[in-house]
Amino acid sequence: MTTPPSTPAAHPAIEFAGVRKDYISHGEAVPAVKSLDLAIGQGEFFSLLGPSGCGKTTTMRMIAGFEEPTAGKVFLDGKDVTGVAPNKRDVNMVFQSYALFPHLTVQQNVAFGLERRKIAKDEIKRRVGEMLEIVSLTGMERRQPKEMSGGQQQRVALARALVNHPRALLLDEPLGALDLKLRQQMQIELKRIQREVGITFVYVTHDQGEALTMSDRIAVMNGGLIEQLGSPRDIYERPATRFVAGFIGTSNIIDGNVSWSDQGYAVLDKGPGERVVVPVPGGVAVGRNIEVSIRPEKIDLHRTIPAEVTGSLLSGVVSEVVYHGTSTNYTVVTSAGTDFVVFDQNAHDAEDVASRGERVFLTWAPQHSYPIGV
Amino acid sequence: MDRVKRTLAPYLLVLPGGLWLVVFFAVPMATMVSLSLQEGDVVNGFVFTGHWQNYVESLADYQTQLIRSLVYGAVTSFVLIVLAFPVAYWIAFYGGRRKATYLFLILLPFFVSFVLRTISWRMLLTDDGVLLHPLKEAGILPGDFQVLGSATAVIAGLVYSFLPFMVLPIYVALERIDPRVVEAARDLYASPVSSFTKVIFPLALPGVFAGVLMTFVPASSDYVNSELLGSSETTMIGQVIQSKFLSNSDYPSASALSFTLMAVLLVGIFVYARALGTEDVMKVAAR
Repeated sequence: MTTPPSTPAAHPAIEFAGVRKDYISHGEAVPAVKSLDLAIGQGEFFSLLGPSGCGKTTTMRMIAGFEEPTAGKVFLDGKDVTGVAPNKRDVNMVFQSYALFPHLTVQQNVAFGLERRKIAKDEIKRRVGEMLEIVSLTGMERRQPKEMSGGQQQRVALARALVNHPRALLLDEPLGALDLKLRQQMQIELKRIQREVGITFVYVTHDQGEALTMSDRIAVMNGGLIEQLGSPRDIYERPATRFVAGFIGTSNIIDGNVSWSDQGYAVLDKGPGERVVVPVPGGVAVGRNIEVSIRPEKIDLHRTIPAEVTGSLLSGVVSEVVYHGTSTNYTVVTSAGTDFVVFDQNAHDAEDVASRGERVFLTWAPQHSYPIGV
Repeated sequence: MDRVKRTLAPYLLVLPGGLWLVVFFAVPMATMVSLSLQEGDVVNGFVFTGHWQNYVESLADYQTQLIRSLVYGAVTSFVLIVLAFPVAYWIAFYGGRRKATYLFLILLPFFVSFVLRTISWRMLLTDDGVLLHPLKEAGILPGDFQVLGSATAVIAGLVYSFLPFMVLPIYVALERIDPRVVEAARDLYASPVSSFTKVIFPLALPGVFAGVLMTFVPASSDYVNSELLGSSETTMIGQVIQSKFLSNSDYPSASALSFTLMAVLLVGIFVYARALGTEDVMKVAAR
């Protein structure tokens, strides 16, 4: 790749303004995307994450031009492309099942877009060669897609899209069909290729792990709306809604009335000596019911009551112990009434492991409590 | 014992069908080969000579009809592609949940006897029939306009007779195309027209290929359409064979003509398959 496309950073690569998309089903309008205002930056690795039916694929298809918004506008590089045919949009897509042309060779598949744009023959040859090198497929030019493994077909699909130097590359669950090992390898590779070509990537996935590893920013979608938009760390550590907390990784969610609030901290009283301490920078009224999310790996599990606790403390009985190699996962039924999941790194000796039915104490630092929607 | 059974099982399964073919296909074929090399007439009996005389003579006498049949067959197949492709395309891509119904409608006329349908066509195309009479009245066609008895009428009948055999294979090929592959073409800057010529049509070619095989052979050897819709100017080789067999009782030349037709069709199909084998066709189309 010679130069990544450099454009004045004045415009976002992709922009949605007041977009709504309804499908007509049995004469009734069913909203797929309810309301979308979103700007994706130049060169960004942006993920649309959510369960099936959340509107993420529809959103992507509106960028490609396969779906037109019912209301609102879509912009590419500041230009209104609403109503512009897919072949006239400077974005390319990597399809879920790759959608390679089965009657063409690898070379012809990759050259397809350039040929449609009437690029000179030698130029096509050079660019296809370069691209196949980037995706490590040099020497496979004459193969047919059906003679290739899933991982190789995936690379052809990627090369076929990227060779056109699109303004943005759209990837629709591209790794879904690969096995775990290959998927992890391709995640790293995709990230490397994205850095190399500097093109905006829009990545649709329902796999939160994938989104967290690769993205600069993630939009978590649910029911046709964006629930939260932020960096992977934001989304993981500070989930804005209960849905996000539950969808991304495992979360312990406990609610209760604020019994004390001062200096940006609130305390939920959970019985004698037990409490949840949570930072609330904006303050919160005493007596209000709030929900708090705590990640399982942030919690320490003690077999005897710890001498000094600066943050939260809950006690409970171990109901499940699952050994996972790098960690041991406990399920603890707390006296406060909520089941807690705790991931304990296996850094200590085997005899230090709590067993089923044992009474244990859970503690975590104040900053690891995160209030939802406060 | 079990092993013997297992080894024999496939052969036993093939036996009834195999016997059927030997008795009703291989034996008549052999008889016909022998007939085609005989001489004589019904009254004085036929004598085996082993001469190729019959082939040489019948080919010399009826080459016009033979060539005409092949041309009619080829034109029929071509017209069928033009007519059937859009139909199959529409059913495959826009048929929605009613695909099976539409396919059934295509087949529906074929529940009526072949001969009966062709006779109905004859009534439609008659000089003052339901089709031509109003057009002549309205002055759109001249009063002495005729369709019946022409090559057009025969080919129209042939096209009608074999329509499903072209629609179905093309439909099957189109139906198997992943709609995302077509989207990928559009995404890669192909206009609706070039996504058809570069992706949809090449992927449907195996269906077209199968359709031609299934229509060219029976259309070339058909004798009913020309008999009912044509004239002496449109006589096809099938009619010649039929009249030699059934009216003239000239079995040797009828057999010789049958084998000539069969040989010509086999060679034609072989050349067609070699020249336009599906893989190669797609490579050509991809250029």
